[in-house]
Amino acid sequence: MTLYQRDRTWHPPALAPDYKTSVARSPRQAMLSLEATASELSGPRFGHSDIAPGDNDLITNYAKGGDPVGERIIVHGRVLDENRRPVPHTLVEIWQANAGGRYRHKKDQYLAAIDPNFGGCGRTLTDADGRYAFRTIKPGAYPWRNWVNNWRPAHIHVSVFGHSFAQRLITQMYFEGDPLIAHCPIVKSIPDPRAIEALIAPLDLNEAKPLDCLAYRFDIVLRGRRSTFFENRPEGN
Amino acid sequence: MDYLKETPSQTAGPYVHIGLAPAAAGFDIYEHELGFDPVSEDVPGERITVTGRVIDGMGAPVKDVLIEVWQADASGRYADGAEGFRGWFRVVPDFETGVFTLNTIRPGANGRQAPHLSLWLVARGINVGLQTRMYFPDADNSADPVLNLIEQPHRRATLIATGGKGSYDFDIHLQGEKETVFLDV
Ligand SMILES: [Fe+3]
Repeated sequence: MTLYQRDRTWHPPALAPDYKTSVARSPRQAMLSLEATASELSGPRFGHSDIAPGDNDLITNYAKGGDPVGERIIVHGRVLDENRRPVPHTLVEIWQANAGGRYRHKKDQYLAAIDPNFGGCGRTLTDADGRYAFRTIKPGAYPWRNWVNNWRPAHIHVSVFGHSFAQRLITQMYFEGDPLIAHCPIVKSIPDPRAIEALIAPLDLNEAKPLDCLAYRFDIVLRGRRSTFFENRPEGN
Repeated sequence: MDYLKETPSQTAGPYVHIGLAPAAAGFDIYEHELGFDPVSEDVPGERITVTGRVIDGMGAPVKDVLIEVWQADASGRYADGAEGFRGWFRVVPDFETGVFTLNTIRPGANGRQAPHLSLWLVARGINVGLQTRMYFPDADNSADPVLNLIEQPHRRATLIATGGKGSYDFDIHLQGEKETVFLDV
C-alpha cells in the first residue's frame, strides 16, 4: 500500500506573493520527492476515549450560562479518499471566529466583541461511513493586515488526519454566496477555480432543522491509496 | 477515471492554536487536550529532549508555528493503536521567543531507516503543511534511504540535529542558505 502522489499544482504554491506572509515563510529549494515509507504510511489513531461526546457542539461546549450570539448552523459532510472510499474513525478538528469575526485567542486584537459563551473550537471522529457533523455559529468576516483593506470571507478552519501521516491536511471551509471569497488573497493562492469551488460549502436545506438551525455541507477528500499489485524494486537495486 | 481530487490545503493561519492547542491560545475547553501528554513512566526507551526554533527568510523565529511529531517507539515500531506509546505530539513554541521543546523517547531504527522524528509544520504564511525529518547526530545514518537521496552534504546536514546524550537542538530554516530539506512524500 502506498499513496497517490499529491498534485502540487492543485494546492496553493508555497510562495503566493499577494498573501504577504508567504514571502518570507516559503521554502525556495525544490522539495525532496520520495515514495512514502513506513513513517508516512502510518499515523496516529484516535478513539472515543480521546474526546468527549459534546466536543462537536460549539453552541454548548464553551457556554457559560447562555447561548452564543449569531446564526445557528450545522456543518456536516463526509471524509473520503480519492478513490471515493470513506475514511472512518478519523479525527476532525475545527476552529473559527465568533459571529462578529473575533477569535478567542490572546493574540487577536480585533475590536469586535468576544462572545462569553463561545470558544470557537470543536472536534469529532468520523463514523464508520466517514460522516461527521458539528453544530456551531456562522463565523463573521474579519479584517486582516495584508493590503490595507483586506477582509477574510467567513470561514471555518478544518484539520483532518486520515490514516497516514502523509494524508494530514488543514484547510478552510467557506460559505456559498459569500461575496468576499472572490477578493481574498488567501483563497486566491489556489490557482485553479475548480479547487476553490471544492472549499465552498453549499447551503443544505434538507439538513436544516426547522425553527432551529441552518445547515451547510462540506465533504473532505484525502489522498488515495494505491494498491501494490506488484512490489517495487527496493531503492537502488 | 472516476477519482476525486484531494481537498486543497489552506494556511492554518495565526490562530491555529485555538483549534489544535487551545490552552496555548489562552483558554480551557477540553478535558483532555490531544498531543500534550507526557510519555508515561512505563514506556521503555531513553528519554530525550529536543529544543529548536523555526526560522523564516528574514532570520526571525516563527512564533506562531505548530509542529506535529510522529515517531516510532524505542524498538522502531509505529503505534498500532494499542495502549501505551502513541508516538504523536503537538509542539507549540514560546510565543515570545519562538523556542520549542519536545520531551519524548529516542525512536529505534525502522528497517533500513535510521532513527528519526517525522515533523509536520503549519503556520500563518505556510500554504501547505511542510513535512521534514529530524535525525540524530549520534546514530548510524549511513544506510538511511531518505538521507541518501540528498546529494549535497550541506543539504543533508539540515536534517541532522546537533547535541547528544539525550539533549538535541534542531532549528528548521524555511529559507536561505541553511534552508531545511522539506519532503514531498
Ligand atoms: Fe481564520
